[in-house]
Amino acid sequence: MTGSPDIRIEYRGVAKQFAGNSLKDGGEEIIQAVKDVDLKVADGEVVSLIGPSGCGKSTLLNMGSGLYLPSDGEVYVDQEKVDAPNPHVGFMLQKDLLLAWRTIQKNVEFGLEIQGIPTHERHERSMDLLEKCRLTGFENHYPHQLSGGMRQRAALARTLAVDPKVLLLDEPFSALDAQTKMILQQDLAETLSAEKKTALFITHDLVESVALSDRVFVMSARPGTIIEEIDVSLPDRANPMARRQDSQKQIGEYVAQLMGLLHVGETATEIQI
Amino acid sequence: MTNKNTATRNSVWASLGLLALFLVGWEWGPGLLNIPPYIIPTASSVYFEFIRAVGHEQLFYHSWITFAETAIGFILGALLGMVIGYILGISARAEFILSPYILALQIAPKVAFAPLFVLWFGYTLYPKILVAVLIVFFPIMVNVLGAIRTVDPDLINLARTFSASRWQIFRMIEFHDALPPLFSGLRIASTLAVIGVVVGEMVGGNLGLGFLLVFGEGAGNTALVFVTIIMLTVVGIIAYGGVVLLEKKVLHYLPKKDYAPV
Repeated sequence: MTGSPDIRIEYRGVAKQFAGNSLKDGGEEIIQAVKDVDLKVADGEVVSLIGPSGCGKSTLLNMGSGLYLPSDGEVYVDQEKVDAPNPHVGFMLQKDLLLAWRTIQKNVEFGLEIQGIPTHERHERSMDLLEKCRLTGFENHYPHQLSGGMRQRAALARTLAVDPKVLLLDEPFSALDAQTKMILQQDLAETLSAEKKTALFITHDLVESVALSDRVFVMSARPGTIIEEIDVSLPDRANPMARRQDSQKQIGEYVAQLMGLLHVGETATEIQI
Repeated sequence: MTNKNTATRNSVWASLGLLALFLVGWEWGPGLLNIPPYIIPTASSVYFEFIRAVGHEQLFYHSWITFAETAIGFILGALLGMVIGYILGISARAEFILSPYILALQIAPKVAFAPLFVLWFGYTLYPKILVAVLIVFFPIMVNVLGAIRTVDPDLINLARTFSASRWQIFRMIEFHDALPPLFSGLRIASTLAVIGVVVGEMVGGNLGLGFLLVFGEGAGNTALVFVTIIMLTVVGIIAYGGVVLLEKKVLHYLPKKDYAPV
């Protein structure tokens, strides 16, 4: 895991502060979103990031995509320092962000169009991805005509269309119903494995983090930092359905461990009282 | 489906019934209440005045002039409002510098400029068009500006992760995202344009429905004033309808709103 040429994503001593509300004495409150974050993701690995709400998970991902720059430390993708958005990184959010005025195919081609890829090549690439994401036949539909799950699959196709080496996913399935979510997790896991993509994804769903990833990073409350790294030594990373079925007991143990780290049970008890 | 059709048909009949009732009330109501015809002429006398005005007052020609001025003023004002709205939307700095003046101009009643424009351009078509441009400009600019300001920042970030340039972000996201509010602005503006033109015509010149209004008033011809008001409404409906048709074409991708039958 530490062989440096195989490292796709690396955070080195990353910290991020934001200016908060103005204070009465004329100064400004400084919000420390994350601090001292060191993490590495190797080629082909799928790693998830969990932590309490507001702990700076999304901030970390945004720095990985180059949308924000860290206040301290550096982020590297493929040994290259990230100082602006770049085509090596694909980014996907909870919101599908499909453009209402574009057909599904045009939405999938969005990134390719920005990058100036010629029309016929765009067309070929999008049709291929629509097939992989099981959206063939819907290429001329508009987003509002599709279900939430299909829209999210279209968003995944759009992310993959530019062929990024690294995928950063910010709670990609949290807006979906439980069944659609499982189907999409399966799709994502199969696609990541087939395309040999490296991924770092945020989730609130502890089972999802265990079912889909090779490793899980646990973050503390704000200022967020990584408090634990857990290796998920279970088979079938490319097939979460099988993993869920065959390793139910072990998944339960991992989830219990994560709950302990996040103090999930304790909060629940407090609420009950 | 049949239920829905029956409901629609009933509504149409109710609507037509209301119109008939209104016409009957208009025809015989004033007589019953002893209102003289120079205050409220009867429906039939307005109809006959319409026929007379078509022959003797060039009613259709005046209507056409008003319509043309409205259309030209509306199109120019809309384009100007769009361009300025987009520019101010993109450049927060430009908005900061210009907004106090724009606000002042927005508060000033635009029709008050009509006499000024007549002084500048004489009894030509230009002052009328100019008032329409001025009155149309604001709702469109404000809507476009507001829309650009409220584009989902995640959409912009999405484009940025693909390394989009500023121009691409405008062309591929902001421009399109502002279209639905632009069209609500255009709808409002299409009716305002008629007001601008009519006021311009009333102030000076001898062309257009605004002139005919003043002429009818001066001649004590109440029926002609009624006819002119009706023609102005027709011009407004055509302008509004044109915008709605264009909106349907441009915003075809939006989900159709399904109105539940009452």
